[in-house]
Parts: sequence; C-alpha cells; structure tokens
Amino acid sequence: MEQIISLAASNLLSPIILSFALGVAAALARSDLSIPEAAAKALSIYLLFAIGFKGGVSVAAHGVDATLGMSLLAGIILSAILPIVAFGLLSVMTGLSRLDAAAVAAHYGSISIVTFVAATSVLESRGIASEGFMVAVAAAMEAPAILSALWLVSRGAKGEEARGMDGALIREILLNGSIVLLVGAFMIGWITGEEGLAEISSFIVSPFKGVLCLFLLDMGLVAGRGLRGGGGILSPNVLVFGVLMPVIGAAFGLAGGLLLGLSTGGLMLLMTLSASASYIAVPAAMRVALPEANPSLYLTLSLGVTFPFNLTLGIPIYLAVALAVTGG
Amino acid sequence: MKTHKAKRVEITIEAVMRSRLTDALEKTGVTGYTVLPVLGGSGRSGEWSRAGQVSRASGMAQVICIVRPDKLDDLLDAAFAVVERHIGVVSVTDCDVLRAERF
Repeated sequence: MEQIISLAASNLLSPIILSFALGVAAALARSDLSIPEAAAKALSIYLLFAIGFKGGVSVAAHGVDATLGMSLLAGIILSAILPIVAFGLLSVMTGLSRLDAAAVAAHYGSISIVTFVAATSVLESRGIASEGFMVAVAAAMEAPAILSALWLVSRGAKGEEARGMDGALIREILLNGSIVLLVGAFMIGWITGEEGLAEISSFIVSPFKGVLCLFLLDMGLVAGRGLRGGGGILSPNVLVFGVLMPVIGAAFGLAGGLLLGLSTGGLMLLMTLSASASYIAVPAAMRVALPEANPSLYLTLSLGVTFPFNLTLGIPIYLAVALAVTGG
Repeated sequence: MKTHKAKRVEITIEAVMRSRLTDALEKTGVTGYTVLPVLGGSGRSGEWSRAGQVSRASGMAQVICIVRPDKLDDLLDAAFAVVERHIGVVSVTDCDVLRAERF
C-alpha cells in the first residue's frame, strides 16, 4: 500500500499530470485557453510516431519469439471479452438502455493510446524495461471490442438494430490514421533498428515528454469541456462504473500478462491497455453503427472519468501491482 | 444575363457519415458538391463546438449540392437513406444558376 501511495504521489506531481490538470482546470473555469486543432493533431502524430518507432527498435534489438504472437492473440481476446464484462456490469449497476450499455461497453474493450503513451513514459522515467511489441498489441486491441458490442446489440430486442459492419466501416476501423501511423512507425523502427533510432533520436526521444505535456494539456481541456457540458448526464452509478471498470479490466490484463510471462513493464502496459477506454476510434464507429446510442454518455464517461482516473491513480496502481507480483 | 432555375440542397451531417453521403449522392448522378467544415452549433442533441474535439465522432460537416429540379427527388431519397438515423438537418431552397449544363 505504501508503494502505491508513493508511486501515486510522484505521478500526480509529474509535469505530465500537472499539465493535464491545468487543462481540466482551465476548461472548468471557462478560460479561453485552447490548443489549435492543427497543432493538437501534429502533437498526436508526433507521439504516435515516436512510440511506434521506439517499440519497433526494441523488437529489433531483442528479437522475435512466440510471446509476440501470443501477446497479440491475448490482446485480441481481451478486447473481445472486456465489452461483455462491461455490458454485464452496466446492466447490473445502471439503468442504461441496451444500446447505450453496448456502446459504452465497446469503449472499455478498446484502448486509449494516450493512456498507453503516458504509461510507457512512467516506465521510462523509472528505468523499467518493457516488451517493445506492446505497441503492436495496443493496435490489435482497437477493433475487436466494436464487434463484441455489435454482437451484444444484435442479441437484443427488435427495434434496437445496429447498422452492421459494412465494408466501409471495417476499413475505417482497421485503417484509421492512428493505427496506420502506430503500426507503420513500429515497422520502420523494426526495420531500421538501433541505427535508425540513433539518426532521429534527437527528434523522437529528447522532446518526447515535453510534447506529451502539451498534448495532455489539450486532452485536459477537452476532458474539462466534456465534464462541463455532459457531466450532468452521468448518474452516480455510471460514474462508479467509470472508475470500477478500469480496475476490473486491469485485473483481466494482469491475468493475461502473467499467463504470457511478460516482464514487469509489459505486465503493467497490458494492465493499462485493458483498463483504458477508447475515445477516438470507437466513438466514430459507434456513431456509424449505433447512431441511436447517446454519444455524450460514452464520450464523457471515457474521456472525462476513466481517462483522468487511469492517468492519475490507475497507472501508479497498475505499476505497483505489476512490481509486487513480479517481484521487480 | 439569363439564369436557370435550380435547387440548392444543404445537408448538415455528422462528420463520420460524410463520405457515405457523398458516395450516395454521386450514385444518383450528382455532378458536384461542396463540403464545408462546421464550427459548432446547438440543436436537439445539445450544444457542441469543433474546438478541442478529440474525436471526429462528435464533429459535423455540411454538404452543399445544386441540382436541376428534376433530379431533386432522387437526390433526397438517396440522402435520406444515409442521414435518417443520424443527427443533422436537410434543407432545400430555390436558386438560380448561370450555366445550367453544369448541373
């Protein structure tokens, strides 16, 4: 417990978290502070490229083994199962309609890449190594949750129909910009290895945390605006779900990571991925496939509740648990 | 200068549905359209603003299309099939164009 409190305290006082807190506070106070849309997009492209590239370099340095394939498979299974767990929990805890519950559940099976980036940053600052291929696992966990949510709706009563997975939607999900950039940068890092990293390290290693601070400032602004505008639609039970579900997801990630025999860092990252909720790929897919589901509900819950929880308390908890169970 | 009667169809729709809408319009033989970004607004689904949106799921776009009056029904049928279940507004106004052969 002492370790968790210590990790949480140092995490809360890091520039990354304080930047996020500044964004939330500015939005709640109705400040006109904003990051221009194009700048925010550029920051996210930088972060995705850097994290993908470094993951690829790590795989090039350590080689490929069966754990990579098994980890990808575990990620896909976790992403497919977690929405069913979330849906069951929402059905028991809240009075959400089947459509809303399925749409929310999809977000909790998929992942937040920014939470993943923040977790890798915490690991790096503590000198804890992790499997480079976790970047690929993150990409693999984006889509299966959407299929699970649509399956949950298809089992429902008449009148609550999903539009279905047409070819255009499948393409949009699998080839969304974030996944293409992450996987593409991962492949470039894998191909070019340490030499490639040495060539561009002054660009993608040194400025990384500073860029992450600015990006999280923007995320704080967005989360704060979401809470200001949509916070009223979240009932107390839904709010509790937004904090409870990531912990349950992390427990699933922990079990999967232990079965795979991941390192302390890898275990913590799989817990973080399983605990995080999507707010980019899945909301877009839900608007197409389940347009009657309430977007304010799932966006506010994912971005305004679960994302800040994971960023501030979740990541230190997952790290402390990973350290405890691996003896790291 | 001689002008010709035409119909101006303005469709405000969720950004995620934009390409589906324009694909449907093209299938009806529409020869051109214009897509505009929407900065923000307010309606039955509440207030929203483009500024700071982290996901295009909550963004909106506007598709403007000018057609000959005899093409209007086909266009509206195609558009309605796409936008029916989604947030948005479809409006039709009379207008005049200079070069009728382009529509």
